Amino acid sequence: MNTIFDKIWERHEILKKENGESILYVDRHLLHEVTSAQAFSGLLEKNRIVKFSNQCLGVIDHNLSTKNRKDRDASGPISKTQMERMEENCKHFGIRLYGFDDPDQGIAHVLGPEIGFTLPGTIIVCGDSHTSTHGAFGSLAFGIGTSEVEHVLATQTLVQRKPKSMKVRFVGKRPEGISAKDIALYLIETIGTSGGRGHVIEYTGSLIETMTMEERMTLCNLTVEAGARAGIIAPDEVTYAYLRGRELSPKAEQWKIALRVWKDLKSSEEATYDKEINIYIDEIAPKVTWGTNPSQTISISESIPELSYCTPNERLVYNASLEYMGLVPGKKMTEVEINKVFIGSCTNSRIEDLRDAAKIAKGRKVKSGVQALVVPGSGRVKRLAELEGLDKVFTDAGFEWRNPGCSMCLAMNDDILKPGERCASTSNRNFEGRQGLGGRTHLVSPRMAAAAAIAGKFVDVRLWREL
Amino acid sequence: MKGWFEHTGGAITILRDDIDTDQLLPKQFMKLIDKKNFGNYLFYHWRYIDSNPEKLNVNFVLNRIQKENPSILVTGKNFGCGSSREHAVWALSDYGFKVIIGQSFGDIFAINAAKNGIALISLEESLISEIMNWSTIDKDVRMRINLIEKKIFYKNLSIVFDMEESQRERILNGKDDIDETMEEAHRIDVFIQSYLNENSYLVIK
Repeated sequence: MNTIFDKIWERHEILKKENGESILYVDRHLLHEVTSAQAFSGLLEKNRIVKFSNQCLGVIDHNLSTKNRKDRDASGPISKTQMERMEENCKHFGIRLYGFDDPDQGIAHVLGPEIGFTLPGTIIVCGDSHTSTHGAFGSLAFGIGTSEVEHVLATQTLVQRKPKSMKVRFVGKRPEGISAKDIALYLIETIGTSGGRGHVIEYTGSLIETMTMEERMTLCNLTVEAGARAGIIAPDEVTYAYLRGRELSPKAEQWKIALRVWKDLKSSEEATYDKEINIYIDEIAPKVTWGTNPSQTISISESIPELSYCTPNERLVYNASLEYMGLVPGKKMTEVEINKVFIGSCTNSRIEDLRDAAKIAKGRKVKSGVQALVVPGSGRVKRLAELEGLDKVFTDAGFEWRNPGCSMCLAMNDDILKPGERCASTSNRNFEGRQGLGGRTHLVSPRMAAAAAIAGKFVDVRLWREL
Repeated sequence: MKGWFEHTGGAITILRDDIDTDQLLPKQFMKLIDKKNFGNYLFYHWRYIDSNPEKLNVNFVLNRIQKENPSILVTGKNFGCGSSREHAVWALSDYGFKVIIGQSFGDIFAINAAKNGIALISLEESLISEIMNWSTIDKDVRMRINLIEKKIFYKNLSIVFDMEESQRERILNGKDDIDETMEEAHRIDVFIQSYLNENSYLVIK
């Protein structure tokens, strides 16, 4: 009678304490340079070791310049120190690092899955909220704080109270031209930024079965923006086909054993959840955020909403968002002009995202005065895209073709919005200042971002044909 | 971390829902590799105009403080949502905050807060409004929070709160979680050995 979440929890629960918390075994630990330094320092201060360094994987992704990734100085001296501290720590503790010189270097949540580090039925953690991405594989994957990073390094376990469970069932048929990003934004628009708080969301419905692994990753990635602890999708043939043959995926006999375990993970038909909701997708249109949190989302054909009935608190957030974004109620989304475009991030920087954007970019030109970046999620994504000639499509159209990294998603490197600049971004957060002080972020799908780059404003990409 | 069971201090109100950790501690300060002085960067973009520490935003509550730094923050719904950055909690703690009273809190933020000795108290909207009334009437509002009685005291008034037991214990005891887990080292090792035997396909060589 258990959900997949229950099953994974039980498989990893070493003991349950009187206070209700459990000690969980952790299978996989991703580390990046921003949230790990203080954890490693903590170990050194107390003379502790990393318990299982082979189950850790380190990346440098947040601070790295995507113009020239070997340029250690490009993002400033403090970034350089942080990245080099990561190199020292990984070397000292024997952790495999995908750093400056590694051809496969990439964003943690892009790299992990593509090398088979991410596997179904596992518990995966990282000092990064978008760790929820890996739930696409039927793993329980969630972000942790730096104290917890230190705890996992030292013990390969984590102390957690079991979150509640929530089932989101997508009902209906996905309309033509609607991406996983649109569906995820619609979900957040519907349930709000705290709609999933305290819960692990399992996604079900025929939509999920028809989604590719990359689409599932986009959906699970954005689950955290609905406030949920994690998103999870039961593994199926699509999952196994994706994983088969990847570098760290089990091989031969081991693959067969793994499959037996994985096929048993599915939630039982009678499983009960603390919360269940249906999301109807028949009418979904391409989505754009207008405000400063991801629930402030509308369809491309709509106008900036008026707020009629609300609490004083809601009014305050609404007014502050509009003021920050420099928008007024009633303005049509298709009249909002942009001057920056960012296609990238752990949400939307995989090969399918780039193919999607390239279909729109092909044979067209970025509007004069608009700067448009395409930042692949990893070295592998970049090489594959180049093999397919996507880099040429983008550069011919006037997009900048960059090296892998988190880049303008949170502007810790040298890609930063200037005050007042407005960006169509495929990333995950439109928070104030996220992409740069005073910068204005609108979250969209890769196709919508590419179209915005060309039109210089938001357009309904469904009306565009491929050239 | 030192445990505590009772705290008395000045309170301020930032009435806004969905205050995310990007607002608490902007990313440029996440590049630091120690845990020191993060209080200087708390609410940086709200405290200073154009990110210039010499241009105070006089409208922001932290810039209107006359005497000692406040240690109790009263706020809205979903405080601390967004990024998992514990740096946001280090900033609150270094500034002097011990207690945050709100309608609800981000999941990861809540875990980080307890590990740094910050008590998060969730209350219904009506009770938050009542507390806000105290501070409207009394500019120098001081409250006493007792984690054993689970009560907020102001003058002769009090409000009862509930708190997740494990988080309350963590703040009361101030124990190092790693030390505590290591007390179970034997049980953990036995578990891991048997787990990896059964799931040998998970072993990375």
